[in-house]
Amino acid sequence: MSEPSIVVEGVSKRFRLYHERNQSLKVALLRGRRAVVDEFWALRDVSFEVPQGSSFGLIGENGSGKSTLLKCMARILRPETGSISVVGKVSALLELGAGFHPELSGRENVFLNGAILGLPQKELQRKFDEIVAFAGLEQFIDQPVKNYSSGMYVRLGFSVAINVDPDVLLVDEVLAVGDEVFQRKCNEKFADLKSRGKTIVLVSHAMTSVHNICDRVAWLDHGQVKMVDAARKVVDEYVGAVQVDRTVDGEDGGERWGSGEARVETVELLDANGSSVSRIRTGEAATIRLHYRFHEPVDKPVFAVTIQTLDGTHVSGPTTRDADQVPDRLLGAGYVDLTFDRMMLLPGTFDINVSIQDYSCLHPYDFRHKVLRFDVEPGEPHESFGLVALGGRWARTEDTGTEETT
Amino acid sequence: MTSLADYRESRELLTHLTLRELRGKYKRSTLGWAWSLLNPLSTMLIFTIVFRVFFRAEAPEGSPSGLSSFALFLLCGLLPWNFLTNSVFGSLGTVIGNASLIRKTYFPRELLVVSQVASWIVSFLLELSLLAVILLIVGNMVLPLVPVVLALVVVLALFATGLSLALSVFNVFFRDVQHFVGIFFQAWFYLSPIVYSVDLVPERHAIFGTDVPLRAIYKWNPMAAFAEAFRDCLYHLRLPSLSTFAYLVTIAVATFLLGLFIFGRFEGRLAEEL
Repeated sequence: MSEPSIVVEGVSKRFRLYHERNQSLKVALLRGRRAVVDEFWALRDVSFEVPQGSSFGLIGENGSGKSTLLKCMARILRPETGSISVVGKVSALLELGAGFHPELSGRENVFLNGAILGLPQKELQRKFDEIVAFAGLEQFIDQPVKNYSSGMYVRLGFSVAINVDPDVLLVDEVLAVGDEVFQRKCNEKFADLKSRGKTIVLVSHAMTSVHNICDRVAWLDHGQVKMVDAARKVVDEYVGAVQVDRTVDGEDGGERWGSGEARVETVELLDANGSSVSRIRTGEAATIRLHYRFHEPVDKPVFAVTIQTLDGTHVSGPTTRDADQVPDRLLGAGYVDLTFDRMMLLPGTFDINVSIQDYSCLHPYDFRHKVLRFDVEPGEPHESFGLVALGGRWARTEDTGTEETT
Repeated sequence: MTSLADYRESRELLTHLTLRELRGKYKRSTLGWAWSLLNPLSTMLIFTIVFRVFFRAEAPEGSPSGLSSFALFLLCGLLPWNFLTNSVFGSLGTVIGNASLIRKTYFPRELLVVSQVASWIVSFLLELSLLAVILLIVGNMVLPLVPVVLALVVVLALFATGLSLALSVFNVFFRDVQHFVGIFFQAWFYLSPIVYSVDLVPERHAIFGTDVPLRAIYKWNPMAAFAEAFRDCLYHLRLPSLSTFAYLVTIAVATFLLGLFIFGRFEGRLAEEL
């Protein structure tokens, strides 16, 4: 890591909040100044450096000042105090479509945007086909962009921003848009830029992509830097701190059916300490606890749990029958624990379905669909793709017998 | 930050924005660019009917050209005036209208205003060319004075840019500015010798019992001086006086620098105020 590409030094940014957004001379004259304002410091004394050729993430809750900081870097906003120095050509991609003109065609907008980003006309002409192909918009390039879908809009904006060959690319939360193919293309382009020593600054809420793309991350909290460190460290800390509690009881959410002799009252997800949570980490111990009540005696009841993804793919479906733990007869209340020594689900959001059925598993006494939703956060083992970690180990052996040159 | 590269980039962006303005101006209208000429011609027709026919205003005789045509006399003052108002109102609109561009991208914001003015220069030159052709047909040999007219166009453009820069940035902070400017320009129009000749303004006039040298004051109005200078060249076929020209250059440069300064002061907060 050579000299820094971006130096942020003691940056503070103040916004004025107008009580009545009444930009009139009358108000100014009557009050002797411009309306009544409240001041709001979006950034306070923010300092850090971004090394050249690295990708840098900015994370934080809504309103923590990440986007403001990015706009200051892009010179769109001017900080009240402090300075930001950026080495080289900056290309910024903020929000949807970086300032396209809706009436103009895609082609005209590419040229306009390229000119704004400072790409010489000749070079733009040379790269035009590449830009359009990257966005996958060959058919629509002569349509006014107001007819574009939001995905097309973003793809074109992103394609221009990334193909003007910036030294520093600033990206705000756009990776979430666009289909998987496009996202993959973007990630490849990021990797390509990085390998050529360019710097990327990324603002995102998607911890997985921050985790995957960024080397270093700054965590902003209410306009102040809380932590700047290696991506994994910061993301782990951040995820730990920001616990959004999901409603533990899905009574209102999921569907429910069954003959009713036995009922699952509540379902809990417990972490290693036995406390009820809605988030766990890959590799940690977890327990799904079913509180049941049998109103009538039932012979050989089977408890079942299925874990599914949001799009309905079943990841796992253990039952007490498969585990050979079926009691002869049950009556009254109690609970059943399904314990995982290591929860091997990879980061994502999952739903739990639970049921109590007869031994044939054909007749449900109570079936509760999507009774509990929970999140899995990155942990150990760390894998980027798939739903579960199967615990595979890598080993490499070099051929010793051959005399080939290396 | 190499200023040379910055300058080159800015120039390319300016060309681009200006072309966009020009292309967009008459997009989707059937007559297209013909409107650029039809607008001043219709204004000319209205004023000629009202003032020449109803008010029986006499067109002053051109000296030394000897030309006498109210319509042409009017056009010589009207075209520069139209250029100024179009530039100013266009700039007020362009800064507000390009809010999304300002909020999401960085580029020297002055270019929005400058490109707006530049696009109106193109219309202005087109109109002037048509006027010159008509003048040549009626026997006014304007060709030798073309360089002077072009110099006047440059000076007026500087003046218009300065005014546009200042007013357009004020307008972002106080939206009343555009309404105020509307009234102000209406008054300014009638206080400038566009539909009448400066000779009609009394030399001296008593206001509240005080004798005021009205015409001398009147002539300080930059647009009076501009209209007169254009008319000197095109209608009368004579050179504007050196003092007038010096006055115009001074006021234009001063306005331009002041506009640039004001715009620079407030430019940084445009993105958050829009």
